[in-house]
Amino acid sequence: MNLDFSPEDLAFRDEVRAFIAENYPAGLRDKQEEGEEMAKEDFLSWHRTLAKKGWVAPAWPEKYGGPGWTSVQRYIWSEETARADCVPILPFGINMVGPVIYTFGTPEQKERFLPPTLSGDIWWSQGYSEPGAGSDLASLKTKAERFTGDDGKEYYLVNGQKTWTTLAQHGDWIFCLVRTDPTAKIQEGISFLLIDMKSPGVTVRPIITLGGEHEVNEVWLENVKVPVENRIFDENKGWTCAKFLLAHERSGIAGVARSKRGIERIRQIAAVELSDDGDALIKDPMFKRKVAELEIDLTALEYTELRTLAGEAAGKGPGPESSVLKIKGTEIQQRITELVLEAAGHYGAPYFRGFPKDGDNAHPIGPDFAHRAAPTYFNVRKTSIYGGSNEIQRNIIAKMVLGL
Amino acid sequence: MDFNFTEEQSMVRDTVASFLQDKYDFETRRKIVASESGWRADYWKAFAEELGILGASFSEELGGLGGGAIDNMIIMEEFGKALVIEPYLGSVVIGGGFMKHSGYAGAASVIEGIVGGTTTIAFAYAEPQGRYTWQDLKTTAKKDGSGWVLNGHKAVVVGAPFASHLIVTARTGGAQRDAGGVGVFLIDKSLPGVVTRDYPTVDGNRASEVYFENVSVPADALISEDGLGLVNQVIDEATAAVGAEAVGVLRKLHEGTLDYAKQRKQFGTSIANFQVLQHRMVDMFIEVEQSVSMIYMATIKVDESAEERAKAVSAMKVRIGRACKFVGQNAIQIHGGMGMTDELAIGHYFKRASLIEGLFGSVDHHLKRYEFLSFDAAA
Ligand SMILES: Cc1cc2nc3c(=O)[nH]c(=O)nc-3n(C[C@H](O)[C@H](O)[C@H](O)COP(=O)(O)OP(=O)(O)OC[C@H]3O[C@@H](n4cnc5c(N)ncnc54)[C@H](O)[C@@H]3O)c2cc1C
Ligand SMILES: Cc1cc2nc3c(=O)[nH]c(=O)nc-3n(C[C@H](O)[C@H](O)[C@H](O)COP(=O)(O)OP(=O)(O)OC[C@H]3O[C@@H](n4cnc5c(N)ncnc54)[C@H](O)[C@@H]3O)c2cc1C
Repeated sequence: MNLDFSPEDLAFRDEVRAFIAENYPAGLRDKQEEGEEMAKEDFLSWHRTLAKKGWVAPAWPEKYGGPGWTSVQRYIWSEETARADCVPILPFGINMVGPVIYTFGTPEQKERFLPPTLSGDIWWSQGYSEPGAGSDLASLKTKAERFTGDDGKEYYLVNGQKTWTTLAQHGDWIFCLVRTDPTAKIQEGISFLLIDMKSPGVTVRPIITLGGEHEVNEVWLENVKVPVENRIFDENKGWTCAKFLLAHERSGIAGVARSKRGIERIRQIAAVELSDDGDALIKDPMFKRKVAELEIDLTALEYTELRTLAGEAAGKGPGPESSVLKIKGTEIQQRITELVLEAAGHYGAPYFRGFPKDGDNAHPIGPDFAHRAAPTYFNVRKTSIYGGSNEIQRNIIAKMVLGL
Repeated sequence: MDFNFTEEQSMVRDTVASFLQDKYDFETRRKIVASESGWRADYWKAFAEELGILGASFSEELGGLGGGAIDNMIIMEEFGKALVIEPYLGSVVIGGGFMKHSGYAGAASVIEGIVGGTTTIAFAYAEPQGRYTWQDLKTTAKKDGSGWVLNGHKAVVVGAPFASHLIVTARTGGAQRDAGGVGVFLIDKSLPGVVTRDYPTVDGNRASEVYFENVSVPADALISEDGLGLVNQVIDEATAAVGAEAVGVLRKLHEGTLDYAKQRKQFGTSIANFQVLQHRMVDMFIEVEQSVSMIYMATIKVDESAEERAKAVSAMKVRIGRACKFVGQNAIQIHGGMGMTDELAIGHYFKRASLIEGLFGSVDHHLKRYEFLSFDAAA
């Protein structure tokens, strides 16, 4: 057992730090720190900077454009970007569909989709969930029927509705699970399709969430014509891709580095805010204890993640253990937002979303962090719901790990 | 032993419930929240004139219907079920509370205004630095001839945009955190030098930052020159009322979740059939029932000695604060993605529950107060 970074790892860390210091725009950092909503360009500018450097897809194999980092280097990378409050790289292209394409795609598909995914020229959306198919993903109903077009080429005619599609308002392409064989057993008639969102028949409608954000959408697919060549892997074998993708979705979902940064922020906030005693809030025994417990739980999660990483380095793929990371990681993220809201006291109540940024009367009142405390608390309830709810994760552990 | 309501109290409950059922459905409430004014002045008038509920908790000598804290509890619970915005808490519970307990000379006429719905009151007590220590005051009241001059800044004064009057705490003497010298004033909001900055709150209400810039108030604005005890009493009563509102909110969170779970199908069955969710909903039920018990306990003890009252209210607020978090979070979780939407009512109940958690003191604040009263103060 050895937990020290090697001299090479430390040198790598310094290189990463220097790169972020030189290239990460300070304006973005402030926005991220204040928990403000990110514009499309905010996400893309950092993505493009990293793409140019060859660092945007740490987990991809080198031959598809990954940097060839070890798992320790990847870990250092996520630590450093979180420490610096960098906007996250959206997972849909890099962590989800990219690996599906390089694992299951044809050479033509790889050539067509991987470079623009890396460069940020394709903004991907994830079209899995449907109104009637959430936790029970395999019950999805969106239909894709094959036909021959007037041009003699083969197409699918896609009809159905996807929902909860994150940031689809910016989407260029959406990867969808669709039913290609309605007569087969439910997991066997599904295919994995890439759909150009500019195709006629694709409509995106906003869903507004509790904190007032427009983060998710409904995506309607009405007689959308999709070339058969946009299907990844075999017809009716999409479930294989779907499961592969979900395992990748869950890795990295623990968010240890970001939670560390979150706790550091709580310490900073509580050093300034006052408790009932008129002293710094961080000296309040009850508040302090909650922060301490959070740190201890995060340490347990961190070492669990490190064990998983070590396992991966030794050639074990991300297994059902990643469900542990998902459950504990999201619970910790949620507790962080609870403490921030608590720290805000009375100033957790005012609501300033959508207020104009200029004008005399427009600036949020109270301490800077406070006006985002409640909306963030509400928003982060999502983390135990999406990506396979925490109940579903527990079912997975029961079945796959404990053999129940 | 008797936990039943009197006939009059049952009538108040039924009247309020049926009015809200007809006129305060979720879509109507959504419109109220989004409207320019943020409340329905005509409903307020109806509460006063048609329903007569604004007088329910005042004695008959004061022009009310002869009730008290239990009536406030009943009304606030119904208001919680409908997420009512209109300022019953500020005007009747708090404004009325100060009038009842202070021996204020103008009380009778103020109460007449409250009961008639023409006087609406918001309570300007919190300050940016003070958190839940009500005597931590930088706002000052200086004697000036026969009257007073107020200066200071009050934080997040809920309901101030709808208020005709403010009840303000300010230092008439002593240092910033002293128990002595906490003055209480009733002032007309339109006095020169009262500057307000209005804004919405995350749960759909409206509030203001209130700044007093050399505000001259007449001598008869003074309710109490040294009134921390009075403030504590009224805040305890207000906390009890908010606890009752929480009970209404919690009931709706629980009911809504049961209904949704029965109707939502996944894996070929309703999700209510999954035992883990059943047990969760049982735990939510237990939380709601315990909250009901605590609000009865606290409401009954609100008129007892200061210590009894404070202990009872803090115990209630700890329990109900925890229930707000547990029931609220699980209601969202069991609704899945739907729970996260602005469109469904459930999230709005969750938001109200989340703010009630911190209102008039967090769980930690009340736990500390309870510990102090039962261990340190007694020793
Ligand atoms: C903010 C947000 C962003 C999202 N982004 C995307 C996206 O980009 N693309 C996409 O495809 N999807 C996305 N989703 C959808 C997400 O994956 C689903 O919400 C999730 O799978 C849960 O499905 P559901 O909402 O239908 O809840 P349901 O499946 O209806 O579940 C309701 C409740 O029942 C519980 N439950 C269900 N089955 C069981 C069981 N067998 N045992 C015990 N408990 C059970 C659940 O845990 C939950 O508590 C997003 C969701 C949210 C909230
Ligand atoms: C100290 C002691 C004194 C007792 N005294 C008496 C006595 O005087 N007279 C007498 O007749 N009996 C007595 N009992 C027996 C007692 O009633 C049983 O222990 C009890 O009914 C549980 O049964 P079990 O021990 O067989 O556990 P099991 O029934 O085998 O249960 C094991 C576990 O499975 C859980 N479980 C079982 N069914 C379900 C389900 N459907 N859903 C979810 N979880 C489930 C249980 O909750 C428990 O956690 C006593 C037991 C103890 C420990």
